[in-house]
Amino acid sequence: MYEISPAQKQYLKKHRRDKQFVSAMRVLIFAAFLFLWEISARAGWIDSFIFSSPCQIGKTFLEMCMDQSLFSHIGITLIETLVSFLFTVVLGVGAAVLLWISSRLSRILEPYLVVLNSLPKSALAPLLIVWLGANVRTIIVAGMSVAIFGSIINLYTGFMEADPEKRKLITTLGGTKKDELLKIVLPSSVPLILSTMKVNIGLCLVGVIIGEFIGARRGLGYLIIYGSQTFKLTWVLMSIVILCIIAMALYGILSLLEKYCLKHI
Amino acid sequence: MKPLLEVRDVSLSYHTLSGETAALSRISFDLMPGEFLAVVGPSGCGKSTLLNLICGLLTPEEGSILMDGKPVQTQTSRIGYMLQKDHLLEWRSIYKNVLLGLEVRREITPEKTALIDEMLRTYGLDKFRNARPSQLSGGMRQRAALIRTLVLKPDLLLLDEPFSALDYQTRLNVSDDIGTILRKEGKPAILVTHDISEAISMADRVIVLSSRPATVRSLITIDLDLPDRTPMASRNAPGYKRYFNLIWKELNEHV
Repeated sequence: MYEISPAQKQYLKKHRRDKQFVSAMRVLIFAAFLFLWEISARAGWIDSFIFSSPCQIGKTFLEMCMDQSLFSHIGITLIETLVSFLFTVVLGVGAAVLLWISSRLSRILEPYLVVLNSLPKSALAPLLIVWLGANVRTIIVAGMSVAIFGSIINLYTGFMEADPEKRKLITTLGGTKKDELLKIVLPSSVPLILSTMKVNIGLCLVGVIIGEFIGARRGLGYLIIYGSQTFKLTWVLMSIVILCIIAMALYGILSLLEKYCLKHI
Repeated sequence: MKPLLEVRDVSLSYHTLSGETAALSRISFDLMPGEFLAVVGPSGCGKSTLLNLICGLLTPEEGSILMDGKPVQTQTSRIGYMLQKDHLLEWRSIYKNVLLGLEVRREITPEKTALIDEMLRTYGLDKFRNARPSQLSGGMRQRAALIRTLVLKPDLLLLDEPFSALDYQTRLNVSDDIGTILRKEGKPAILVTHDISEAISMADRVIVLSSRPATVRSLITIDLDLPDRTPMASRNAPGYKRYFNLIWKELNEHV
C-alpha cells in the first residue's frame, strides 16, 4: 500500500460521510412514511378500510403465506414475466438482425414499427384475450406486446450505428456480411442489448399485470383486480408492495448481469 | 519485368440524388513487384477512392484494374488494407485481434498461428498477446494492425494514411517502424498520404494527383542513393529536400 496524504484521507472521509447521509435519509423517509401511515390509520385520521395500514398488510401477507396461496400468485406472475422477457429478448434481437441485414425491409417496415411502438399496448389486451383465450399464453403475449416493438427499434438503431470503418475492415480482410454481424455489430452492441434488457424486464412486468387484470384466475394482477372489486384493499396494497419488490429485484439482477458481462467481454 | 498491378484509364463518379461528382478521371499507373508507391494529392481529391477501387470495394466505371493480369475481388484477392485508424476491437485481446483476418477467411491452421506467434515475437508484442488494445501505445497498436494484415500474406499492401490519427512524434516513430518492417518483408505497397515527407521517406515512387476529379499529375521516382533506406535515413538524405520542393511545386501549381 502506498501512503495516503491527509488531504486525500479527508476527501475520502467526506465522500463516505456524504454517502452515509444519503442512505440514512432514504431509510428515514421510508420509516417515517410507514410510521405516519400506521398512526393515522389507528388514530382514525384516515379510513383504514380503504387505506389499510402497514400492520394489516403485514398480517395479510403472513396469512396468505401460511395457506400458501400467495406463492402461487407470485410464482405465476414471475414465470409469465420471465417467459415473456426471454421471448422479447430473443425475438427482439432476431428481428433487429433481420432489419439490419436488409435495409430495404427495414425501410418498408419502419412506419409500422413506429405506429405499433407508440400505440398504448393496454388497448390490445382485451383483443388478445378474445383471440387467444384467457390463459397463461395470452398473458405472456400481452407482456411481450409492451416491450417488443420498442426493443426492436432500439436494437436496430444501435446495430446501424456500428462503426462503418470497422465493418469495412472486415470486408478488406475478406469477410462477408455475416462476419460483419458476428465479429463487429453484435459484439459492439452487447452494452446496448444489456441496457435494453434492463428496460424490457420492467415493461414485460407491466404487460403481464395488464393481461392478468383482464383474463386471469391467478397472479398478482388478478389479486389486485379481485381485491379492488371485493373491497379488500389490503390485498391490493400488499400486491403492489410485492410488485415493487419484484420489479426492484428483477432490475437488480439484470444490473448485476450487465456489470458482470461488461467486465468480462 | 511484368507489373504486379496495372491501373488503366480508371474513372469513377459518385452518384447522389443531388447530382454526380467525378472523383477520378483516367488514372493510369503500374506497380512493379516489391515496389513501394506513395500517392499524394490535395485532401478530398479521391486518394482513398483509388485504394477502394484497387482492393475491389468499388468497381471502376471505366478502365480496368488488373492484378497479375486478373481483375481484383475482395473475397479472393490477396490485398491487405490498412485503414486510417488501427480499428483493433476492444472486446478482443491483441492475439484475437491479430487472428481476425484468418478467422473471417476461415484459414486458421497450425502454420498460420505459428506465423502469428513468430510475428508477435519479432515485433515486440509477445508480452501483450493477452492485453486489451487500450493497454497498448499508439505505435504498438499500429504494429498489431499491421501484423493482422501481414499474417494473411498479402501480395500487395494498401495503406490509407495509416499514421494520420497519431501525434507527430509517434507518427515519425511508427512510420519508421512500419516502413522498415515492410522493406524487410519485401512487400509491395501503395501508401496514400497528404504528408509529402512521409511519401518521400517511404516510397520508391511518388504519384502526384490533382484536385478533384483526380488525374495523375506526375510520377516521380525517388532515388536517394542510400545503402539502407529506412524512413529516418531517407529524411536526412541529401536529395530529400530537392524531392520535397519538387512535389510541393507539383501540388501547388495546379490548385
